[in-house]
Amino acid sequence: MGRGGRSRAQRGLLGFAALPSGRNIPIAMALMTEHPSPVAASPAAVFAHRHLLGIEGLLPEEIVALLDLAEEAVSVSRQVEKKKTVLRGRTQINLFFEASTRTQSSFELAGKRLGADVMNMSVGSSSVKKGETLIDTAMTLNAMNPDLLVVRHHAAGAVHLLAQKVGCAVINAGDGAHEHPTQALLDALTIRRHKGDIYGLRVAICGDILHSRVARSNILLLNALGAEVRCVGPSTLLPRALDRLGVSTFTDMRKGLEGADIVMMLRLQRERMDGSFVPSVREYFHFFGLDAEKLAFAKPDALVMHPGPMNRGVEIDSAIADGPQSLIREQVEMGVAVRMAVLEALARNLPNGGA
Amino acid sequence: MIAGKLSEPARPLVLEGGRVIDPASGFDAPGVVHTAEGRILYAGPASSAPTPPPGAETVDCRGAAVIPGLVDMRVFLGEPGAEHRETFASAGLAAAAGGVTTIVTMPDTEPVIDDVALVDFIARRARDTAAVNVLPMAAMTKGLAGREMTELGLLKAAGAVGFTDGRHSVDNALVLRRALTYGRDFGALIVNHPVDPHLSGSGVMNEGETATRLGLPGIPKEAEIIVVERDVRLAALTGGRYHAAQISCAESLDVIRRAKRAGLAVSCGVSVTHLALNELDIGPYRTFFRLSPPLRSEADRQAMIEGVADGTIDVIVSSHDPQDVDTKRHPFAEAADGAVGLETLLAAALRLYHNGECDLVPLLKALTVRPAALLGIEAGRLAAGAPADLVVVDLARPWICEADRLHSRSKNTPFEGARFQGAVLRTIVAGRSVYESAAA
Repeated sequence: MGRGGRSRAQRGLLGFAALPSGRNIPIAMALMTEHPSPVAASPAAVFAHRHLLGIEGLLPEEIVALLDLAEEAVSVSRQVEKKKTVLRGRTQINLFFEASTRTQSSFELAGKRLGADVMNMSVGSSSVKKGETLIDTAMTLNAMNPDLLVVRHHAAGAVHLLAQKVGCAVINAGDGAHEHPTQALLDALTIRRHKGDIYGLRVAICGDILHSRVARSNILLLNALGAEVRCVGPSTLLPRALDRLGVSTFTDMRKGLEGADIVMMLRLQRERMDGSFVPSVREYFHFFGLDAEKLAFAKPDALVMHPGPMNRGVEIDSAIADGPQSLIREQVEMGVAVRMAVLEALARNLPNGGA
Repeated sequence: MIAGKLSEPARPLVLEGGRVIDPASGFDAPGVVHTAEGRILYAGPASSAPTPPPGAETVDCRGAAVIPGLVDMRVFLGEPGAEHRETFASAGLAAAAGGVTTIVTMPDTEPVIDDVALVDFIARRARDTAAVNVLPMAAMTKGLAGREMTELGLLKAAGAVGFTDGRHSVDNALVLRRALTYGRDFGALIVNHPVDPHLSGSGVMNEGETATRLGLPGIPKEAEIIVVERDVRLAALTGGRYHAAQISCAESLDVIRRAKRAGLAVSCGVSVTHLALNELDIGPYRTFFRLSPPLRSEADRQAMIEGVADGTIDVIVSSHDPQDVDTKRHPFAEAADGAVGLETLLAAALRLYHNGECDLVPLLKALTVRPAALLGIEAGRLAAGAPADLVVVDLARPWICEADRLHSRSKNTPFEGARFQGAVLRTIVAGRSVYESAAA
């Protein structure tokens, strides 16, 4: 499959013209039938990218291949013996400019399960105050010859900038309000395991879309795989021209959730807010917090997701978060699997990689 | 080759064999230009030319055009205070290489140019070190703080050609009203950078689909339109001379157009970057394309060109803003605004002419005689008695912009690798050659 997809896969990561700007289901399906899903085939060549900077620029079959690889990683992670050796001798650095518990530990575990030496670097605001720029930090790390660099930064595009300056494979673990590709992949894996296929599902992404990188990556991925994506939130938290990304927008949870198969809640990112976007948490919860009454407008078998960390009582009621329709804990498990798959796929493209 | 402008008395010049274009009079034909003692003696057809002045040096302009030197009304420098980014000397070389013979400097320096002594300082430093004419604009408010008016009368007498808070927008309408009212008594040109600081907020690029895709906070066009609209109303209220430093959206142009029809003393500028590029050029977070106002949509870019073509936009500026790696090599949202532009001003403007987007004469007018008229200076025209500030340009010659070869101390050009048509062969300031291209 890889040979056919390679040339298209080498498009620029920001080639807007090549993006799904609306419903691109026919194209996506055509590509998938042209290159059947390689469940058993070696994924060595399916992911012809040096870095994973975003979902943007990935072909549907590349996404599917990563999900298939992650599926294998789920079974590895459920064995007593969880170790693989594909990253033996490789050095993975987790460079987090923004505090993170869940994503960082997930990447750490993923790297360790694949046999990599993993180092965590949390670059707080202190080193920024010392005057070291992102580029300086990157050059310092590069001199230590890592093979894989997992980066989270509070500014959109910071990971792109860094990827231009280092010699190793870079994985975007979240850059500002831009992208968080492994989150979208783990969400897709979770959905696929429960619903069988993503094509044709109605997914409602709800809440603070404006500040959410998770929303952007999910919109791109779900559209690429043929889901119907809706965004629901107050107009102050819906970015301009969202419809141009191929989603429909709603400002009423009841209408937005109608007939949804998946309800994806987002964290209200009060720390990123510059000024007032909603008058109060109480008012936000009243109109946009997911409770049983609002969830009843979705399909009876609708599933609820949240990328974490949750603000209980702000965007989601605890009864729903912990209830039978919630996939939130499973998302965390899939997170490790997806990150194993991404690390493995990128490692195969490294010099002397497994290919 | 670049020569110091004060090396020795200028020999008279005879520029012959070229196409002489004077946008002010509309003359555009083969002809000659004679200069002596820093002034133009004659510009026109060779047939009616007088005897050349004795001892004149002949400049062969065959295949090229002779035009007035460009007058750039918006140039940010690093001197005083940030000489590692740009000095009068380095900006002078960049200007000369770009065919710009007069630069108008912004007061956003360290210290801020808000005092008579500092205007004097600029005049002296520029005279001693810059290859081209340097005219300062002084701050409109003390310390650019947007509260207290500067000494408009004294500053004007000292040589300030206009009053602006540079990169800062004066957001207090009362302060702007007073400056316009008081400045009117002195015929002062009051220049505002029209951006509402609250509405633009933390925005870093044009608001819309591209910003949404990139996950960057956007600046709505209304942040500019509202301020232009407000300022024009204050100009009407006060009768003062108002100039919008740079506009970027179609709707701002409508506001200016209406104000001009109403007979107000209102004018506006556009940067050549906004005529040549749009928001999509930002691509993968390229910070050299981060500007204020931000690059807008393609429709806005076309509207700006239309505004130049029909004369609603008075001047094209470079908005030359040297920024070093220390302010640009950051994630997009954390980088500084601004791009260098002196050396690419003429070439980027000529791109519109070569693309068939705008005629040559309106373009050149907005680069020469119209800014000169706003500033009240004699430059910008090929008329007997005018300063001999001239450019010999091969309108057709192609070249590629390479950042490393720019004369500016800072290399933050959005035109790296751009293919241009139209190369400056020689730049003459006050009758003296200050730049000759190596290939000329």
